[in-house]
Amino acid sequence: MASWLSLVWANLARRKLRLFFTLASIAVAFLMFGLLEALRGSLAGSVSLAGADRLITMSKISIIQPLPRSYLEKARGVAGVEAVASFNWFGGVVKDGRTQIPVYATEPAKFLAMYPEVKISAAETTAWLNDRQGAIVGPLLANEYGWQVGDKVPLRSTIYRQENGADTWEFNIHAIYDVIGGAGWDKGSVVFDYDYFNESLQFGRNSIGWLVVKVADPREAEQVSHRVDALFANSSAETKTATERAFIKQATEQVGNIGALLISVVSAVFFTMLLVTANTIAQSVHERTNEFGVMKTLGFTDRSLLALVVSESLLLTLVGGAIGMALAYVAAQALATTVKQFLPVFGIGLRTVVVAPLLMVAMGLIAGAWPAAIAMRLRITDALRRGA
Amino acid sequence: MQDNVAHPDAPQATDRVVQLRGVTKLYTRGGEVVRVLEMLDLDLPRGDFVALMGPSGSGKTTLLNLIGGLDRPTEGSIEVDGLAIDRLSSAALGRWRADHVGFVFQMYNLLPVLSAERNVELPLLLTKLSRRERLQRVHTALALVGLEDRARHRPRELSGGQEQRVGIARAIVTDPTLLLCDEPTGDLDRKSGDEILDLLRALNQEFGKTIIMVTHDPRAAERANRTLHLDKGRLERQTH
Ligand SMILES: Nc1ncnc2c1ncn2[C@@H]1O[C@H](COP(=O)(O)OP(=O)(O)OP(=O)(O)O)[C@@H](O)[C@H]1O
Ligand SMILES: [Mg+2]
Repeated sequence: MASWLSLVWANLARRKLRLFFTLASIAVAFLMFGLLEALRGSLAGSVSLAGADRLITMSKISIIQPLPRSYLEKARGVAGVEAVASFNWFGGVVKDGRTQIPVYATEPAKFLAMYPEVKISAAETTAWLNDRQGAIVGPLLANEYGWQVGDKVPLRSTIYRQENGADTWEFNIHAIYDVIGGAGWDKGSVVFDYDYFNESLQFGRNSIGWLVVKVADPREAEQVSHRVDALFANSSAETKTATERAFIKQATEQVGNIGALLISVVSAVFFTMLLVTANTIAQSVHERTNEFGVMKTLGFTDRSLLALVVSESLLLTLVGGAIGMALAYVAAQALATTVKQFLPVFGIGLRTVVVAPLLMVAMGLIAGAWPAAIAMRLRITDALRRGA
Repeated sequence: MQDNVAHPDAPQATDRVVQLRGVTKLYTRGGEVVRVLEMLDLDLPRGDFVALMGPSGSGKTTLLNLIGGLDRPTEGSIEVDGLAIDRLSSAALGRWRADHVGFVFQMYNLLPVLSAERNVELPLLLTKLSRRERLQRVHTALALVGLEDRARHRPRELSGGQEQRVGIARAIVTDPTLLLCDEPTGDLDRKSGDEILDLLRALNQEFGKTIIMVTHDPRAAERANRTLHLDKGRLERQTH
């Protein structure tokens, strides 16, 4: 067995440059495969982590079209609704004047009830609820800007003005929240009190961006969303309600289309890889016609030569594939920090770890099949004659 | 011993290793039939060392391939050691070759990626021998051809004569009955060629191997017990 394997490897290694290029093409194919799978997995992951019991109600026209504040109370009255919170997109720019971060105005108590996966301590909760200028921030932002509990942070709005004409609001940080056991809320935003915001506004008072509606029974989500929309039908601000899951799905669909594009790219890369590998094996078989004749002369069976060639092809795809997957792992680790704000579960998943070797084996078998059949069918006398 | 075969067509030997009867070999090439061997009869006693001569294209390699079970006759029967090899399935024929025949080629035909040792080991991979036993045999064979110190060398690090000795070691490592050599000195200078011939002679005399050696060199043929001439598909015997 050891002798056999070293023969297989020695045969591959006889043309170093060819071996290198073939391994590289296989590695690149699997690198792309690994990253694509990570992307697909993380998209699917975000959607499935989203709360099934939360609905999002926004203007039928577009999410940037405001709704009247009164909708908050009205929606509360709809049958099957357990809780409602409103949200306003603040359009917050940090001190450097360039970077915009997600900043939301909401009702703090309602927000915490709505998103139980957002965790802050009881003391922090009390402090926040008692300070109209208070805010809580996500760990990613705290990390990035060095914010700590107790800091006073100015944020400029790209949308709103205060009554006095100022465009910057000051916030007291009362907590750095964590997100555990769900992904309805991200780790990189600022949340503060709607009242503080609303009362200081120059214009656009008493309007909200959208509502998040918690249903009593997730199985009734569909019906409840129809009821909410029916309530506001034929008003000046009609609404569109969907589950948070559907909402996230919609938001990620554009990335999903990129995913579909990537699938076709990866398929093309795999196809090319297959041609390169099959060609490498076929060339190698052709060059060794005489050697196959000799091996058959010595008594090696047609099947053992078939096995030899297929082993070579398999070893090639397995080694190249393993290199590619190792690269994909490293790349995914590096990318994960960059994309974690949008894709919290980005990484090489178990599914990929199982599928990749199967793909390597399949590719090895396909690439080796034809050249192996040629080696197998060689007639000894012809093979010996051709070599001489 | 030299004269116990009076004529290739009239076998008298009791201990025959090779027996051909009415062997005909045709090749069809581009619709044209080439008659290479024509109703050939041949008997070789055990322990014989025959040189096979004849013009180029006369069918020497073809005949050797038939006796070694690499090819099948169009007509006629071939028995080796009492076994009708023309009736074996190709899988059985492969096993039979592995056990009973050693081949030595003009161009040595070693696998370039393997060391001398591993080349010699190759036929033993088909046996049930353990790695230890295999290596033992390999080293005996390499010692016999005087190349023990080159065991780890690749073919391209060896001279032609040394390569051919590795080729011979590979042919004898399975201890075959029959040694078939197709112009084993054809690509060697005189000195190396002589060494190879000495080796074949020793294998014949000391180890009782039956050897058929195709050659174009009358000097090489002289080292054999006798010479057969193949011409126009027929055999003529000539003793010296
Ligand atoms: N596979 C084949 N298909 C068609 N013709 C063949 C085949 N093998 C051999 N021949 C023909 O059979 C004849 C004998 O060939 P063979 O190789 O046996 O000659 P040889 O005596 O060994 O010649 P040389 O001394 O040149 O090696 C030649 O005419 C050759 O062209
Ligand atoms: Mg010949």
